[in-house]
Order: sequence, then C-alpha cells, then structure tokens
Amino acid sequence: MKRKTFTRSLAAVAAVSVLAPVAALADMQFVGAGATFPTPFFSRAFYAYSQDHPGITVNYASIGSGGGIAQLTAKLVDFGASDVPMNAKELAAAWDANGKVIQLPDTLGGEPIAYNAPGLPKHIRLTEKTLADIFLGHVANWNDPSIAAVNPGVKFPNLAILVVHRADASGTSYHFTDYMAKISSEWKTKVGVGKTVNWPTGVGAKGNEGVAGQIQNSPGAVGYIELAYALQNDMAYVALQNKDGAYVLPTVDTIRAAAAQKPNVNAVDFSVTDMAGKDSYGISGYSWIMVWQNQADPAKGRQLQDLLKWLVTSGQQYAKKVHYVALPDNVQQEALKAIASIHT
Amino acid sequence: MRGTHDVEEAVLAQATNLGPPPYLTSAGSMSQETVELASATASKVQRTPHVRSSPLGDRIFSILLYAAAWIVLAVVVALFLVLLKAAIPAIQATGIKPLLSQVWSPNDGQFGVLSFVYGTLVTSIIALVVAGPIGIGAALFLAELAPRRLATPVAMLVELLAAVPSVVYGVWGLFALAPFMRVYIEPALAKTFGFLPLFQGPIYGVGMLTGGIILAIMVVPTVAAISRDVFEAVPNEQREGMLALGATKWEMLTKAVLPYARSGVLGALVLGVGRALGEAMAVVMVIGNKPAIAASLFAPGYTMASVLANEFSEATGKVYISMLIEIGLLLFVVSLIVNVVARLLVWSVSRRVGR
Repeated sequence: MKRKTFTRSLAAVAAVSVLAPVAALADMQFVGAGATFPTPFFSRAFYAYSQDHPGITVNYASIGSGGGIAQLTAKLVDFGASDVPMNAKELAAAWDANGKVIQLPDTLGGEPIAYNAPGLPKHIRLTEKTLADIFLGHVANWNDPSIAAVNPGVKFPNLAILVVHRADASGTSYHFTDYMAKISSEWKTKVGVGKTVNWPTGVGAKGNEGVAGQIQNSPGAVGYIELAYALQNDMAYVALQNKDGAYVLPTVDTIRAAAAQKPNVNAVDFSVTDMAGKDSYGISGYSWIMVWQNQADPAKGRQLQDLLKWLVTSGQQYAKKVHYVALPDNVQQEALKAIASIHT
Repeated sequence: MRGTHDVEEAVLAQATNLGPPPYLTSAGSMSQETVELASATASKVQRTPHVRSSPLGDRIFSILLYAAAWIVLAVVVALFLVLLKAAIPAIQATGIKPLLSQVWSPNDGQFGVLSFVYGTLVTSIIALVVAGPIGIGAALFLAELAPRRLATPVAMLVELLAAVPSVVYGVWGLFALAPFMRVYIEPALAKTFGFLPLFQGPIYGVGMLTGGIILAIMVVPTVAAISRDVFEAVPNEQREGMLALGATKWEMLTKAVLPYARSGVLGALVLGVGRALGEAMAVVMVIGNKPAIAASLFAPGYTMASVLANEFSEATGKVYISMLIEIGLLLFVVSLIVNVVARLLVWSVSRRVGR
C-alpha cells in the first residue's frame, strides 16, 4: 500500500513539475473528475478542444463516479462525470453546498454480449429470455435447446457456460442490470439494478479488460463488455433479440437508434435499455456530466459553457473514433438547453 | 504500510525478541555485516568500560529514536481511530449483522462480510502453506549450501521478485497462471485428491486456489530474504560444534541451524502472511470475486482487500461507503489477531526449545 501511494505521489510530483510551466502559460484550466467509462472519449475530445482554443486546458481525473460526485459537491472540480446521474439524495447534499447541479449526457456507450465457445461462428443469436436464463444460472450449457432453437444450422458443443461479470462497481454493470431487470421479472426481484449486485452465478473480473481477458481465456465463457473492448479484441458477440423481436448486432448505429427512441432523456428518467424499434440494440447507457448552475467566476463560467456546448455538438465526432456513440440529434438539443441554464 | 524495509525489520525484531536465545534477539533482525560490526564494537566496549561520548549527542540520538518509535505507534493508532470513526455509521446502521451473513448486496442494504473474511483467511493460508517451505528451503540453500558466486545473484533475483508491482502479478496471473491452473494443475488435483471436498466442483482457472498461489509467489521473496539473513546470523560455532560431533551436513542443518533460527524464521512467515492478508490488486484479477463461501478451493471467492479495491471508487451512499471502511477496519483487526496468534506460537515454540 505504502509503496503504491509513494509511487503515485512521485508520479504526481513529476506530473506537477511537468505541467507547471504549461499551467503558467494557460489562460484557463478546467479540472474534472469522475467515471472511468467516458475517459477515452474525454481525453480525445478535450485534447482537440485545447488544440482549437490555445491557452485552455482540460484535465480529467478518472477516479470513479462516486469520487466525481464527491469532488463536485466539495467544490474541488469544475465538473464531475458519472455513469449514473446524481440521485435526489446526492442533489440535496449538493444543494446545501452550492445550489443547483445541472446534469447532461455527454456520450453514449453500448455493451455487446461477448462469448468464447470453440466451433461457434462469430455471431450467434440469443433471445432475451435465454440471455436472462444464462445470467440467472438456469441455462448452464451451450447445448441447451433454447440456444440452438434460434440458431438453425449451428452445432453447439456440450460445454458448460461460465458467466463473467464485472467485479468492480461500474456503470457498465449498471446498464447491463438495468437491461436485465426490464427483460426478466425474476431478475428484477431477485437481483435488481446497480453498479454492484449479488450475481446469481459466474465469476467476477476487474475492469473491461479483466472481463475481456477472462472470456478469452475460458472456453465456454460469456459476459458483457463495452463495445470498444469487443471490437479491439476481435471477440465473438451476440446478435441480441430486441423488444421488437429482431436480432440486432451492437454497432454505433444500432445503439444510437435505440437512444434516439427517447429524445427527452433527463437525469431522472435516463434509461435507454430495451428500447422499441426494429434497429435498436438493447444494452446501452449514457455517461453524465455534472456542473454547478452558479458559476463563481463569470468569465470561467462562460468558457465552461462554451466547452460543454462544443462537447455535446462538434465534440461528438470524436466519440466514434473510440467506439463510443455520438448523442442523437434530439438529445444534443436537450443537452444544449441544460447548458444554457448555467448562470454566468 | 507493510512491505517497507524498516517496518519489516522492526516487526521481525519484535518477533524474534520473544525467543529466548539471547544472541538471536540482537542478531535476528540484522544483516550479517551489521552483526559482525555489532559484535566487534561489543568486544571493544568490554575492553574499555569508560566510553567517552558527548552527552548532548547521546541525548539527541535517543530523542530521535524515541520519536521514530512513537511515530510508528502514532500512525497505527491514528489509522485505527480514523477507520473506526468512519465505520461508525455502518456499525450503527447494521450492528453485528454483517459479521453473521455472507450475502453482499449493497443494492438492498445487505452487507454480509463473512465470505470476504473467509476468502482472506483461505488464500493467506494457501499462500503460507506453499510459500513457507519454498521460501525457507530457498533461504537455507542460499545461506548454507550454494556456492557464493551462485548465491549472490540468486538472492538478488529473489529480492527482485519482491519489487514487482502487484498489478503486474495480477495481469500475469490472469493471462498465464489462471489458464495453466485450469488446464493442468486443477484437473490433476481433482483427479488425485478429488475425494476431498477441497478439490471438487467445476474448474474455472480463477478461484481461491489460484488467488492463494499468486499470493504465495508474492510472499516467497519476503520469507526467503528474511530467513536467509536469519540463517546467516547463526554463529559458525554452532555449525562447527555440530560437525565436530560427527554430524552430517543434513544433521547440522536440522539440529543446529534450524532450531537456532526458528523464531526468526517464524517472524519471516508472520511478515509474509501480513503481506498476503493485505494484498488486493493481484488477488482481484484471479480470485473470481464471488462473495460466497464454498468448500472447494477451485470455487471463486473474494477477499476483504479485493472488495475494497473493487467497490470503493464507485461506492455512493453513506452506509455503503462506511461499510467498506468497516471492512478495512475488520482487515486491520484480522491482521492484528493473526499477528498475536503468530507471536504466541513463536513464544510457545521457543519456550519448548529452550527447555
């Protein structure tokens, strides 16, 4: 422990000494903290923004959603980011600290169901019910008739299914369990929705990279991961039955199609899993940015407003490059409205 | 906390203090060079009883030493108090229920910690059982049998193992050790010892056994490096006396060296277990992170340190965060108990040997 902290503080010292001259030159510096989920998108987008706006730097620390909310509430950062918007209780605490918090979606991510079973094609079909049964532990072998029934011509091996889920608390798990609760009443009552739940079966792995690694190393494994990891690791993943009964592969387009079904997404009603529409992919979720409505420094507040406006519109072009999904146009409009309500 | 050299030596010194061989209490915690130096000065002191020294210098030095000791103590007490304070909301909200349950479901306020305690103890015991003999054996070889030009580089490599960051062990564990365990070791164990509940059930590669093995690999350098110093501190007269009585090399090692170094070696094992109890990152990668108590070592489990590593950053809600801190407090207490038990063990062993 001590050694790690020591290395970290060494790194911090090194970082400070490297950044110091830059910070001295910079006219304005924004600091954000929060979820790890949007980090690849943020680093790409914020880098592009500071290229276009010399003198402005944005530093984002991916310390976890809980940390992001806590640091915003403690007024230590200019913005926070979270996989799940702040709830009523957290907003009340923030209200006591500095008034109203504005929450807006910044990017969208989808979650393929990846698997590793020798002899199976790159994509197999799964019904919503079978997926729920697998993760509830009711379907425990790849040769289960309910799997073969929707995959004519595919020969399934007699191989035990190993469910792999996230062990660390994560927004990815939240979106997945949110989806499961919608498609299975048994899941809803027995397991519920959350960043950490009491998983009925399987093993837990740390981080997307851990889940991807575990699946690739274990014949018979199946699990949910972020789109980028499935594509970059060239994994096999499921064409998942959607609400309209169609089998849909997760792509940037099908995830966006699902989200577009809910234009008036907001911090209270934010779930976009299991949406209607024949092109909609089932499992996805937004990442959220939180800022104070009252900005202490008007000049900085206006600049922050500009940064956020850019992020939810032009900045969205960088999402696709890291396999995130650009916000649907109607959601961009909603986000802009929220940004306009910042007092400067 | 653990893992820093001076703390290790301090703990070891205390551990060895309980052993009655008086020569070992001073020697056990020092490297050979220091021992030689100390004995050299000691003999000098005996010859010239009136040591001239500046009283002021002595005073400053003794104040510094007191300060060092008190700082260590203060840090431990402060750590305990802060953990306790932060854990109070959870203790108030849940009472002793968490200690009686193994259901961990923060969603609906169920915070059973038994499975974490179980996983921590089981993986640490596996680590000790595997790393103990290997570490002591390697130390004995390096100190007693290996030719110098082999012993020095090997000893350096062993100590290098201790410097590898735990997350590297974890990644290696996930991508190399876990598949190896799944394909070779665990099926072989199931086939040979399958009649024991310990080696039954489905094989995933990840699980408590793999977690214990990773810990063992991380503990070996600690045990080996300290035991080696302890063995080297055994006076040569002991060996020579034994050999003069006509003992073989094996008899000399088992009858003269090992008993002499016993309490020091136990101290090394205590330190090793300490590292195993507190290790989080490496274990997280290979234990399967399932909060359940299973008889089989193949089954996925969970440890106290890994649940902290997994859930602390995303935990929201007062009781949830406080509950995680309570687990930290519990780990503190479990470590304390293990240390006390080990001390008692050292004490009873050395007393028996002393008779």
